[in-house]
Amino acid sequence: MTIGLAHYLAVAAILFTIGVLGIFVNRKNIIVILMSIELILLAVNINLVAFSVYLHDVVGQIFAMFVLTVAAAEAAVGLAILVTFFRNRGDIAVDDASMMKG
Amino acid sequence: MTFQDALLLARPEVFLAASTLVLLVWGAFRGDKAMGEVSIGASLALFVAAGFAAVSPEGTAFAGGFIADGASIFGKVAIYLISPVAIYLGDRWLVRVGNGRFEFPILILLAALGMGMMVSAGDLISLYIGVELQSLALYVLAAFRRDDPKASEAGLKYFVLGALSSGLLLYGASLIYGFAGSTHFDLIAKSIEGGATGTGVLFGLVFLICGLAFKVSAAPFHMWTPDVYEGAPTPVVGFFAAAPKLAAMLLLARVLSEGFGTALEQWRQIIVVTAFLSVAVGAFGGLAQSNIKRLLAYSSIANIGYALIGLSAGSAEGMEAVLVFMVLYMIDVTGFFACLGALSRNGKPMEQLSDFAGLARVRPGMALALTALSFSVMGLPPFSGFWAKMFVFKAAIASGQWPLAVVLLLGSVVAAFYYLRLIKTMWFDAAPGQTDKEPLDAKGVAIASALFCFPVVLPALALLEPLAKTAALAFGLK
Repeated sequence: MTIGLAHYLAVAAILFTIGVLGIFVNRKNIIVILMSIELILLAVNINLVAFSVYLHDVVGQIFAMFVLTVAAAEAAVGLAILVTFFRNRGDIAVDDASMMKG
Repeated sequence: MTFQDALLLARPEVFLAASTLVLLVWGAFRGDKAMGEVSIGASLALFVAAGFAAVSPEGTAFAGGFIADGASIFGKVAIYLISPVAIYLGDRWLVRVGNGRFEFPILILLAALGMGMMVSAGDLISLYIGVELQSLALYVLAAFRRDDPKASEAGLKYFVLGALSSGLLLYGASLIYGFAGSTHFDLIAKSIEGGATGTGVLFGLVFLICGLAFKVSAAPFHMWTPDVYEGAPTPVVGFFAAAPKLAAMLLLARVLSEGFGTALEQWRQIIVVTAFLSVAVGAFGGLAQSNIKRLLAYSSIANIGYALIGLSAGSAEGMEAVLVFMVLYMIDVTGFFACLGALSRNGKPMEQLSDFAGLARVRPGMALALTALSFSVMGLPPFSGFWAKMFVFKAAIASGQWPLAVVLLLGSVVAAFYYLRLIKTMWFDAAPGQTDKEPLDAKGVAIASALFCFPVVLPALALLEPLAKTAALAFGLK
């Protein structure tokens, strides 16, 4: 069996689904949500690089570089906000983030 | 095109980026006592950038990744002129609550720069970079009061859902790139010409629209809006509800018309459904709210629904309606949040509906301004909201979108209930006591935007309409 484009796309789709489910199903810890976000972005990168090779076009790899950079910035901002949240509440359980409802 | 020509096209953004860095270093050296100076510098930079944008030549630069055309220039001037208002209100407000830090104007500048990139994006990569630059600055702004548990919760919720929406957008972009073979909007359009839109591209388009619908807070992707509006600092919310919505709306219009103009019938169905859901959620969801900031969140969901109705027309007239609607709505909503930022009782901000009881007797000026703004958002003639809805209504009828035009009217009628309830509370209920003296800055902005709603809107509209008309032609729709 040769590994073709469809296999890469399938892996990326599975990772993407796991990431999205990780955000919605997870009821424990906000760090897990941050990990799920990274998973989504990495699934996208697999897609981009696979397409880039398949199309013989370098733009996809450049796009992946941008995604990597922004993902790092996003993680930094996310962790910073998480730290302020922890300082105010002393806990980072998902169920704690429920002061506002309605 | 030489590099100099490209820089000339991107001059507003290059200038903004450079001044942001200079101001950041200035603030870092001088500390928080420099907040006033940095705020003034940031506002000046935005005004200069708006001037550069207004006289900018048209064309594309950086291998098609950056577009300067009528629509992007229109959007940039509007965004760069409304952002200094947010800096002015936020700066004074944060000093009053003892949280004045120089990063605030810097973050607004970065967000405005991201929005400028969004409205100029001609490529999926520059689209993503613009959206992220804007979003990352806004996440931090939502949690700017770091000692306030509600604000940090709002920031966290905004971050998680915003990052998820960026992920959806990006997944869609990767599928479009793979199946259309390019990230350029015009090359994507070329690859799907003749109605041969493949499933892969359509799949990607749906993800892309979902991601952007999150950013404009259109239903069914609106769930972050009420929480973020309630928790984030009031002037910051005023900014959230205005400029980023215009930028994301313009971006959505550009992707759909330039990248997927030939797949109009396919994307129109999605936009029609989101527009319908947004109007319904906004109108009915607001009925049960007692917190004014949450109520305004639902109001903004409904108003995004109206703007999407204009977009679903898929015509130049529809795009013109979107532009006029968003600009008028931006001014309305800025006035609303200026009122909320100005009013407090015993040092506590007035956020519950019951706090506004008898305001007309205690603070007649503010009550009058709030009443005019409510009438306007409700869509009562001759206030500005009426003219905004009129444009959308006409465009929807002209393109045969009858059901949506009816939805617009019904949604306005239902939503009128909660604005009328606010007006009734202010004018006819007994006042629980005195309110604090309102600060001059927020009061000034509130009264100025109330005056804009009526009568300034009439001459302003005569000026705005031809501008919006030429801007709408840039999308290349008939």
